[in-house]
Amino acid sequence: MELGNIEKILEKYFEATTTVAEEKKLREYFAQESVASHLEQYRPMFNYFSIAKEERYTKQVPLKPRVNYYKWLSVAAAVVLTFGIYFGKQYQERKEAEYAYQETKKAFELLAENFGRGTEKVAYLKEFQEAKEKIYNNN
Amino acid sequence: MKQTEFLNVVMPFKDKLYRMAKRLLVSREEAEDATQEILLKLWSKNESMGEYKNVEAFAMTMTKNFCLDRLKSKQAGNLKLVHSNYTDETVSLQKQLEAEDSIGWMERIMEELPEQQKMVLQLRDVEQYEFEEICDLLDMKPTAVRVALSRARKTVRDELTKKHSYGIG
Repeated sequence: MELGNIEKILEKYFEATTTVAEEKKLREYFAQESVASHLEQYRPMFNYFSIAKEERYTKQVPLKPRVNYYKWLSVAAAVVLTFGIYFGKQYQERKEAEYAYQETKKAFELLAENFGRGTEKVAYLKEFQEAKEKIYNNN
Repeated sequence: MKQTEFLNVVMPFKDKLYRMAKRLLVSREEAEDATQEILLKLWSKNESMGEYKNVEAFAMTMTKNFCLDRLKSKQAGNLKLVHSNYTDETVSLQKQLEAEDSIGWMERIMEELPEQQKMVLQLRDVEQYEFEEICDLLDMKPTAVRVALSRARKTVRDELTKKHSYGIG
C-alpha cells in the first residue's frame, strides 16, 4: 500500500466517509513495524482499536435466573402477620379476662367487707338474747 | 429455545456487549455486571427471541440503554474508574510498556468523549459495524452518525497530536 493512498484514506477517515474495508486497510497499515514518521502520531489510535477488540467477557454466561427473594419475603411477611394477629388477639382476650376477674374479685371483697360489718352489729343482738334467757331462767 | 441453542446465538456477540458496556461504564466490574444482566434478560425472553430479526442488534440496543440508565441513576456515583485492564502476552516487555502507555492515553481520551461519540466510535472503529447498523442501534440519522463519528475521530486525533508533541518537546 503506497503512502499517498494511505494519506488519502486517512483524510477521508476523519471526515467519516471511509468504508469498513478502507478502515481495515488503515488498521493493517498502522499495525506494521515501520510507519511514515509524519503518520506515527496516528499509530496509537488504530492499534488501540485493534487491541480493544481483543477484550473478552470472561465470566460464565448465567442462565439460571437468580431466585427472586422478594417474592418469598412477602410470603414470609404474610405468615408472620397472620400469626401475629392470631396470637395477639388471644393475648388480648386473656388480658381482658384477667381484668374482669380482678374487677369481680374487688367487688366481692367490697361485699364481704360490708357483710362483716353487718355481722359485727348483729353480734350485739346475741348479747341481748343471752341476757333475755338469763332472766327467763331465773324466773 | 434450549440452553445450548441460546448459547450458540449469544456466544458470538457477548464480547461485543461487554466491550460496549465497558466503553460506557469504564469499570470492568460494572461492565461485567451489566453484561450479565443483559444476558439474563435475553434468556428470560428466549421464548420470543425467534421474533427478533437480529438478536445481536437487539442485545446491543439493550446494552446501550441499560448502561445509559445506569449512568443516569444515582448508583453511578459509585462507579469506580479502572484503567488499563489489558494484558497482551504476545509483545515483548518493552514494547508492552510503550503500548500500554499509548493504550492508557487512548482510554483516557475516549473516556472524555461525550457518550454518543463514544458509542459511535466504539461501534464503528472497534466493532466495525456498518453505518446502517449503527443508525438502527443508536436510533440516529445517518448524517448524525457521520457527524458524531467525524467529531470523535478528530477529537482523538487532536488529543493524540498534543501528547505526541509533548513527547518530542
